[in-house]
This record gives sequence, structure tokens and C-alpha cells, in this order.
Amino acid sequence: MACINQAALTRIYEICDSYADEKTPLIMILSDIQKEFGYIPVDVQEAVSEYTEIPVPEIHGVVTFYSFFSQVPKGKYVIGCCLGTACYVKGAGRIIDQFSEILGIEPGGTTGDGLFSIDALRCLGACAAAPAVTINGRIHSRVRANQVAGIIARYRDSGGEQ
Amino acid sequence: MMYNSCEDLRKNAARYSAALKAKFSGTDGRKHICLCGGTGCMSGGTREIKERFEECLENFQLTEKAEIRVVGCFGLCSQGPFVRIYPEDVTYCLVSESDIEEIVVKDIRDGVIVERLVYENPDTGEKIRKLEDFTFYKKQKRIALHGCGVIDPDNIEEALGMEGFEGLMKALSMSPEEVWQAVLDSGLRGRGGGGFPTGLKWKFAAASDSDEKYVVCNGDEGDPGAFMDRSILEDNPLAVIEGMAIAGYAIGAQQGYFYIRAEYPVAVRRVRAAIKMAEERGLLGNDILGTGFDFHAHVRLGAGAFVCGEETGLLNSIMGQRGMPRSRPPFPAVSGLWGKPTIVNNVETLATVPYILRHGTKDFRSYGTEKSPGTKVFCLGGKVNNVGLVEIPMGVTLRELVYDIGGGIQNGRKFKAIQTGGPSGGSLPTAALDTPIDFDNMVAAGSMMGSGGAIVMDEDNCMVDVARFYMGFIRDESCGKCAPCRIGTKRMLEVLDRITDGHGTMQDFDELEELAAICRTNSLCALGQTAANPIQSTIYNFRDEYIAHVVDKKCPAHVCKGLVRYSIDPELCRMCSACSRVCPVEVISGTPGKTTFVIDQEKCIKCGTCVDACQFNAIIVE
Repeated sequence: MACINQAALTRIYEICDSYADEKTPLIMILSDIQKEFGYIPVDVQEAVSEYTEIPVPEIHGVVTFYSFFSQVPKGKYVIGCCLGTACYVKGAGRIIDQFSEILGIEPGGTTGDGLFSIDALRCLGACAAAPAVTINGRIHSRVRANQVAGIIARYRDSGGEQ
Repeated sequence: MMYNSCEDLRKNAARYSAALKAKFSGTDGRKHICLCGGTGCMSGGTREIKERFEECLENFQLTEKAEIRVVGCFGLCSQGPFVRIYPEDVTYCLVSESDIEEIVVKDIRDGVIVERLVYENPDTGEKIRKLEDFTFYKKQKRIALHGCGVIDPDNIEEALGMEGFEGLMKALSMSPEEVWQAVLDSGLRGRGGGGFPTGLKWKFAAASDSDEKYVVCNGDEGDPGAFMDRSILEDNPLAVIEGMAIAGYAIGAQQGYFYIRAEYPVAVRRVRAAIKMAEERGLLGNDILGTGFDFHAHVRLGAGAFVCGEETGLLNSIMGQRGMPRSRPPFPAVSGLWGKPTIVNNVETLATVPYILRHGTKDFRSYGTEKSPGTKVFCLGGKVNNVGLVEIPMGVTLRELVYDIGGGIQNGRKFKAIQTGGPSGGSLPTAALDTPIDFDNMVAAGSMMGSGGAIVMDEDNCMVDVARFYMGFIRDESCGKCAPCRIGTKRMLEVLDRITDGHGTMQDFDELEELAAICRTNSLCALGQTAANPIQSTIYNFRDEYIAHVVDKKCPAHVCKGLVRYSIDPELCRMCSACSRVCPVEVISGTPGKTTFVIDQEKCIKCGTCVDACQFNAIIVE
């Protein structure tokens, strides 16, 4: 558990405490940790286990079951390509392939510089915007394959400055 | 504010209702600007439009004369962002930030309608100002979507002013048995897709003897291409809370759980806010409206697993475990959350319940068909002109849905199929278009009603590829607990990969049939049992497309990469280099203005980017 700093650990315990009244709080605890820290590595799972007395294998089982939880950090810009049916029939497959091709990573992966991650999303419910792509929550509507390189470049440029 | 009795609430609701009417009729002396807050319009810039309105109203000193509200989804997403202005009730379509000043000056200040932003009927060219008069809305009837797109979801008084909690008050004046009997008599069937009689589920749970019981609202809407439940939760959360409380009263439960996808943060926020507002007003909690009925509502978040839409998987997830289904019986009505009797109802089902209580079973049964009374909400998407959220009485035909409501196929292309039921459903061809939509007819036609996704495909879509898409989805989402689903879906996907790569053989059909039968009869839950439906329905309805892939090694729709070849027609090439500049792998060579361009077939990744870039249709796809 050496890698977690004290401040983070305190915060993790606070999150656990906030659900003390719940019968089965595990997923709520993990959701909060995921949202706050961006990932849930094994040593954090161990810390939660120690504090809540839920066995590590059970926690690990839950973390690996749900796609919302990640054991590795995501990139600074998380590109979510909607692969709902409405987007798919309008060419979303080509869009995600294009992002993968240009960034050199598979969906689910993160670039070596930590700038971009690609996620395949199930359905954003923005079917009129198909094919839709979200980048850090912002929806890009009716994306065409030939716009992908430009979109990446825009984020890369702003990433370089910050 | 606390409502101490039903009478107290009725008195206040009458006041809220009058205030709402005054807004819409203009008797309060102001204009009311309603902006659509649906996902489609929000991504089109509703937030920026609202800011611009505030700025312009201030600049022209009109802030006293108009009020702006963001309401729920209007439904016709492809014409958004919308601006609807009362009391004239004119709706402006495809509005952008730059149009706002004109709207403020002409409409709000001078009372002149901005005709260029008014919807035009594409068939007749007629300008249509009122939303209700759009052909899109003509065949619709709003029961589950009652109040959606009209009320401000963050203002509980508007929901109460639109008959909110009247259904619960009616229920509380009846015995619990009379309530589930009324729901049973109404013929309401589960809107999540299963179509199980809701009243029967309630009856079973009511009969289970236990000191603790639970009502669970299934808001884990996972069907890719469907967002009905999200819209209801976001746009009128109080209606679902009311439906849940009615269910609680009928079965004798005091606790209710919302299980909502984490991907729907707005829905989660709105439901939480609505619960809090209801608690503060004595509409939830102990001794509701002084009737002695106690009911508490809680929210739990999904964490991204499609299988949690299955009720036993969902219950395991609420209990903090992996969301893996278990075998039934025992059914949740006997042993569900923490081993107690539990009913799991879909969002749309619960949103329909208050209507049944308010208007009675006879009125509800006057919509829909004998065996499927009422309405169903669909998310119409894909290649239709009018993409959006529609609620239709059961019995409307697929043709009416696609052509009258959907406005036909985009860009004058030809209809090929309509997919319903998501990964558990099927794709129906032109020959099935006259099927009246209801639970039984859709199954008989070879698909299913499903939760409400309705994706229209045209001749540019490859049906083998669509089957592969769904199988890939199911393979990813199979929880892995039972072997037929875990292994069977992977094997079926491999066969489809083979076919779409051009390596298929006629034996593959037999292999798919065999795997489909194994999955259907041996899987633990509906996810595996129905996994092969998208394949079987496409083989049955579009066999010639499969044959083209397997025998001729061709993809007629030019979708499957393994069977498509891109080349440049030297006759049509203008040597502009547009294709070469956009090629992500830089395999198109030529000299601008001097030689025609050529694609290196060995290295081409068949992404199709060059087709979009070429202005002269010189790229040949075959």
C-alpha cells in the first residue's frame, strides 16, 4: 500500500464512511473513488478491503466486472466513441477505427504520453447526433472520418500548452 | 412547504396548475421561451442558446417581458435545437446562437414571427408553427411521456400542476388489492421488453408474506440505440417516483430503489433532486399525506454492465456484487433484494401507472390493441428523416412509424430493414412493414418489441455486418457465468467474422444454426437465450446477402472491409490530391496537377476517408 499517499488514503476512508449506513455500499464506494481519482489500482482495492472488511477478491471481482471501473489511469482526454446501433449504422465503426489508427492504440487503451484514451461507448442517447463522439464529456455531433485527424490535433495542441 | 393531507395537496396543485396555464396562455403578461433540454439539442448548443437569450433580453431591456426555461426533450431530435415560444406557441427549429438576436428583436419585442426558422413540411412546403401540427406528432399519444418537454423537471410545482401525484392519491383511497387489480385489469405489460403483465407481478409480490418488501425501478437502459427511459427520468422524474410509490402501496413495500446507469448523470441528478423535493413536501417518507402510508426512495448507480438489465443481475448489482444473473425460481417476487419479496419494473412501466390510476383502466384500454393495451415509447433512429423520441398507441404499423412519423428514408435512399429489440431482437424487411406493433405481433413477425429501440437501415447497410455488430456487443457483455453464452457467443462471432472477411463457406450456416440452438436452450438468462436472434432474423430475411458474402465473396452494401476494394477512376480523377492529403496511412500516391492518383491496394486500410474527400466521385468502391 506504499504507493497511496496519506491524503488520498484519508479521502478513501472518508468515502467509505459516507456509506456507513448502507447495507451493501461497495459499488457506491468504488464509483466515488473512480470519479475522484480516475482509476482503482489493486493497492486502493486493498485499502478499501482493510477499512470495510470486504474481502479483496470480492472487490477485485466487482472492479473487473463493470466497465465503468478502471485499474489503470485514463488519458487527459478521454475520447468516447458511441457504438450504439444508431451511430453504428451511420458509420461509427469507421470513426473509432480512425481514432485508433491515428493514435496507435486500441479502444480501451491510453497513449504513451498519457494524453489520449479511447473508449467504445454503448449508447450516449444522442442518436440525432450520430455518429457521436464525446471528449471529456463534450459531445461532437455527426463526426466524419476525415475530421478525426483535425479533432485530435486540436486537443493535442491545447494539451501541449497546458 | 409540507402537504399534510390529500386535500391540502389538491388545493396547492390547483394553484400550480393555474400558474402553469397562465404561463402558456400569456395571461401573466409575459412571453415564455422553452428550450429543449434533450441530449440531442443540448449537444447542438441549448446551453449557449440560453446564455445568448439572457444576454439579448438584457441588451434590449426585455428581461421583464420574457422568461426562459429549459424543459425536457421535445422528441424530434433531428430538427433541434428548438425554441418554443408561448403564448403564440410557435416553435423555431434548427436554431443556432446566431439566430437569437433576431428572435428577441422580432418575436419577443415586436411580436413578428421569424418565418425562416419555422418548420416547413418537406412534402407540401407548408410552414407549420405549432409543434402538435407536425406530421411527426400526429399519430402520437403521450401517456408515459406525460409532462415531458412541457414542465421544468427541477421544479416540482410544475409536475404537481400537471396531475403529479393524483394517481397516488387515487390509489391511497383504494385498498392495495384494488390497486393491483386495476393494474392487472388495465392489461399493462412490462415496457422493458419482456411484456409480462405488470399487475400479475404485483399480485405475486402482494401475496408474499414478509415484513420487508422492495420495489425496484430498472433504469439500466442498455439497449444500444435506445434512450426512452433516460428521457422520462430526466424530464419528469416525479412521475416515475409516483409510479413506484403506487407499486409500493399495492404490494406492501416501504422501500424503493432506482437503479440507473452511471452513463446518465443528468437522470441521476434529477431523480435525486426530485426525491429530495418530494421528501421535503411530505410526498415521500413516513405517513405520506397523512394517510399512514410510508414509502422511501433511494438511488443506486449502475457501473456499466448490460447484463444488469436482467432482473436478478440487477438485484445482485444493487447488493454490491458482480451483476451476474442467477437461475429462477425463486422469482424476485418471492425472494429478491436481501432475500425479501421484490418487484422489478421498468421506468416506462412505472411512468405509465399513474395515468392508469388517474384515468381508469377503460380509458387506458381505449389505446392500443386487445392484448397490448396502451402506448409504447420508441427511439426512432438510423436512416430516417425524423430521428427522435416517439410515443405511439400499440397497433400502429411499422410502415406508419417509418414513413408517417419518421418521414421516410434520408437522402431518398431505399428502406432495407427496421431493427427492434436491440441485441435480443431482429431486423424486419419491407415485407413486414404492415405489421401492427404490439408484443405478440412483433414476435410473430420474427423480432420483438424490446425496450423501444427502432433503428432504420437503408441499402447502404450490410445486414451481415449488423448481425456481427450485435454479436460483438453480446460477446462483450456476456457475464461469463454460463458456458453456452460465454463460449457460444464467441464462436458465433468468429463465424460471422469469417463470413464478413470473405472466408465463409456454406457449412457456416449449419454451424450458426447449431450454436444458436445451443445458446437458446441452454443459457441461464435471456441475454444468452436471445443472443442468436439478430443472426437468425437476418439469415431468414436477408439470406441473399449472406450468400453474396459466402459464395460471390462480395458485400453488396460495400461495408465489410474484407470484401471491399477502393480504387481511383483515372478518367474522373482531377489530380487535386484531396484524397492523398486525407489518407491516414498515406498510401495514395500521385503528383498534384500532373498525374492521376493511385491507391496502394496492399497497404490500404479501407477506411473510406478518401471517398468523403473526393469532390468528383472518382473513388470506385467495389
